[in-house]
Amino acid sequence: QEKEELIEEWQPEPLVPPVPKDHPALNYNIVSGPPTHIITVNGKECINFASFNFLGLLNNEKVKSAAQASLKKYGVGTCGPRGFYGTFDVHLELEERLAKFMRTEEAIIYSYGFATIASAIPAYSKRGDIVFVDEAACFAIQKGLQASRSNIKLFKHNDMADLERLLKEQETEDQKNPRKARVTRRFIVVEGLYMNTGDICPLPELIKLKYKYKVRIFLEESLSFGVLGEHGRGITEHFGINIDDIDLISANMENSLASIGGFCCGRSFIIDHQRLSGQGYCFSASLPPLLAAAAIEALNIMEDNPDIFQTLRAKCERIHRALQGISGLKVVGESFSPALHLQLEESCGSRENDVKLLKRVVDYCMNSGIALTQARYLEKEEKCLPPPSIRVVITVEQTEQELDKAASLLKEAAQSVLN
Amino acid sequence: INHIVHNGGLYKRPFNEAFEETPMLVAVLTYVGYGVLTLFGYLRDFMRQWKIEKCQNATEREEQKDFVPLYQDFENFYNRNLYMRIRDSWNRPICSVPGAKVDMMERVSHDYNWTFTYTGRVIKDIINMGSYNYLGFAQKAGACQEAAAKVLSQYGAGVCSTRQEMGNLDKHEELEKLVARFLGVESAMAYGMGFATNSMNIPALVGKGCLILSDELNHASLVLGARLSGATIRIFKHNNMQSLEKLLKDAIVHGQPRTRRPWKKILILVEGIYSMEGSIVRLPEVIALKKKYKSYLYLDEAHSIGALGPSGRGVVEYFGLNPEDVDVMMGTFTKSFGAAGGYIGGKKELIDYLRTYSHSAAYAASMSPPVVEQIITSVKCIMGEDGTTIGRARVQQLAENTRYFRRRLKEMGFIIYGNEDSPVVPLMLYMPAKIGAFGREMLKRNIGVVVVGFPATPIIESRARFCLSAAHTKEMLDTALKEINEVGDLLQLKYSRRRLVPLLDRPFDETTYEETED
Repeated sequence: QEKEELIEEWQPEPLVPPVPKDHPALNYNIVSGPPTHIITVNGKECINFASFNFLGLLNNEKVKSAAQASLKKYGVGTCGPRGFYGTFDVHLELEERLAKFMRTEEAIIYSYGFATIASAIPAYSKRGDIVFVDEAACFAIQKGLQASRSNIKLFKHNDMADLERLLKEQETEDQKNPRKARVTRRFIVVEGLYMNTGDICPLPELIKLKYKYKVRIFLEESLSFGVLGEHGRGITEHFGINIDDIDLISANMENSLASIGGFCCGRSFIIDHQRLSGQGYCFSASLPPLLAAAAIEALNIMEDNPDIFQTLRAKCERIHRALQGISGLKVVGESFSPALHLQLEESCGSRENDVKLLKRVVDYCMNSGIALTQARYLEKEEKCLPPPSIRVVITVEQTEQELDKAASLLKEAAQSVLN
Repeated sequence: INHIVHNGGLYKRPFNEAFEETPMLVAVLTYVGYGVLTLFGYLRDFMRQWKIEKCQNATEREEQKDFVPLYQDFENFYNRNLYMRIRDSWNRPICSVPGAKVDMMERVSHDYNWTFTYTGRVIKDIINMGSYNYLGFAQKAGACQEAAAKVLSQYGAGVCSTRQEMGNLDKHEELEKLVARFLGVESAMAYGMGFATNSMNIPALVGKGCLILSDELNHASLVLGARLSGATIRIFKHNNMQSLEKLLKDAIVHGQPRTRRPWKKILILVEGIYSMEGSIVRLPEVIALKKKYKSYLYLDEAHSIGALGPSGRGVVEYFGLNPEDVDVMMGTFTKSFGAAGGYIGGKKELIDYLRTYSHSAAYAASMSPPVVEQIITSVKCIMGEDGTTIGRARVQQLAENTRYFRRRLKEMGFIIYGNEDSPVVPLMLYMPAKIGAFGREMLKRNIGVVVVGFPATPIIESRARFCLSAAHTKEMLDTALKEINEVGDLLQLKYSRRRLVPLLDRPFDETTYEETED
């Protein structure tokens, strides 16, 4: 009888708490038409400085016609996971092409960029293993680490001394318990070009640490693939490192390749394991063939025109210079990084107010024809929440006048809003 | 055998679901088979270690030989010795649209499946009983494909931004309104990947201090989402309502495990159709329980949307229930709509909350525009809004195909699991050798089937799974049935002794089965 009463009395929380109507993330910008160089946001035509379309391939006619041909041959969806009649010859071709381009043995494709690294990490690192990860790692890496149930050790962003300290501590731990140490795997997870801060990781030092302390390196190259390096092969080409030294490179195709999905590449010994234990690979439908065909064509264009990377870098340098010296906003990111952040020099106390202030700057720019966006984060879920910022993205399609216009507009906006 | 259930009049139509018990002899032989394979596995590993036999799998780099080994030897035992022998039944590459008939690239292996080479020939017109093409929308011509082509030339293939930043196109808004109308809910939100829809939104809805009650046989995406959320997870027996009720009662009465504080909320995770069993969730009873104990229901209609119900609106319509009773209706666009992606539908507050706090909205790229257009066209077709009756006709064709196919297979004497109305038809094989043999024999006869074994199913219950489609004509089904009959005789697969266990009235703790002869 008591039980009946308890059941009657119990009141659960509502399924979701109510969201205030003016929450900044609730009202999306509506883009009518394709999100290309000239973009129509909320009815206003602007120059696009917010989509990660680094090589301008989103509107490329050759890419679109390759996708059309694939659409006529295969339809849209694949109706099955890779294991059950969902493997098409386009997938196999794309995997071969990616492996050849990156000069590794094998590559594996996922149908969703976020799921790529979030499925790759738990396939290798299990409960009891140790992962050293940078503080500024992106959310997908954090979710992958959470799913893997391993011990996570964060080191300060790009601080090799801090990482070495942690590795030394781990070494002394190992000596106390050599049996356990012989079976715990160790990994370092870093990004080539960090999404949250716009700078690159010091890869040569990491390789030295790898061989000194016997840890494997997983490199996440979503932003640096197709941007860094002479031929666009990413940060390994940028630093001139042998690609076999990196155990796993993971990237998503949603930035430079202007398609959807992601891939991992590396030696067959490592990549083949994901075909049976990568959750996002085995239990999910494969990539629609038209997107795979678009990615293949984008790779072709990247291989045929290696000078676009130089052009992109020159533009990045130009705008980086032009944006220096804006009163109230500071530029965060390397000079050759195509995705920069503009943060407030002085915060006005609370994150909410900072966000509102930046929104006014963004609105000013949007009204005058430059489309910008704030970098969005899930505030409660991130491990190390970056400060609020405006995201500035540079693409090869932007002309020098447009870059200059954007810089001067941002100066004006900062003047009028922040002073 | 027809059972009309009288559970308080909750069911408006007969619910015929049965799982025939494994025959004893077959179970013993299956264990023996696995035992022999394991022994041989140890022998081969021994020979490989002592270099008597060549080791053909990839190995670690020379420079990294003194690192901690990446894989434990035992982890890969199953992979090396059992999976490798029948590996050619999976990952079969195709080179045409995955419709009712498909073209497959021929591949051979000269070293017992360690490597494959493509001969370059294409095997044409294989009857496809493996793709999830329930309503036949996987087409390379037709209204859907033309609309998608137009949108592709206008918008391009990718989006290059997240929903919350610059990736929210007008097409996405159109799609979400349409999906909400189709399901009969207030509002909906679409995501780029079905797997990710579950694994990224369940953590946004529940957290620490909440309880998740999930079915035994839930899909990996639901399990991952539940784990990532940090809530306590309790599992109830597959489709067993007494087990669920017991867990609910215990949870509310006793509260959280150590602190005894009351739970913040309770979420029940179930699927519409379970893809490995072919069973349909007992939705009327689940909803009754949910209302009685004030918990929330998350329904994953990955396989049932478009495939069940007189107008294809899923398992809620199949049972004649109100969509507003289900708190979170989730589904995927990959199966019945011939596209890719997933959606969540529900009340406006829920969707607004997800727009703000879902991991996918903030960090993952939005859906590709031609895929969105394919979904819009196919949903309109199913609803009949494009002016034709193709949608209705397909839903009916699928239901007829399902009933016909299941009836014929049962008559032949195979053991078929699951509900009479589910288009997923598992045919039991049990023995490991028959898994490979069935797949290969059917391919020789030009029929493509899917076989599944451990770890997707319990170790002795390996099966072949047929996915019916509205695109299958009666001739195709008859051909397939004839071949299945032949192969069944050849491999001695007709195990059924027609002793069906009435699952409906079985109480929770009973260990003896009531058997009724036909």
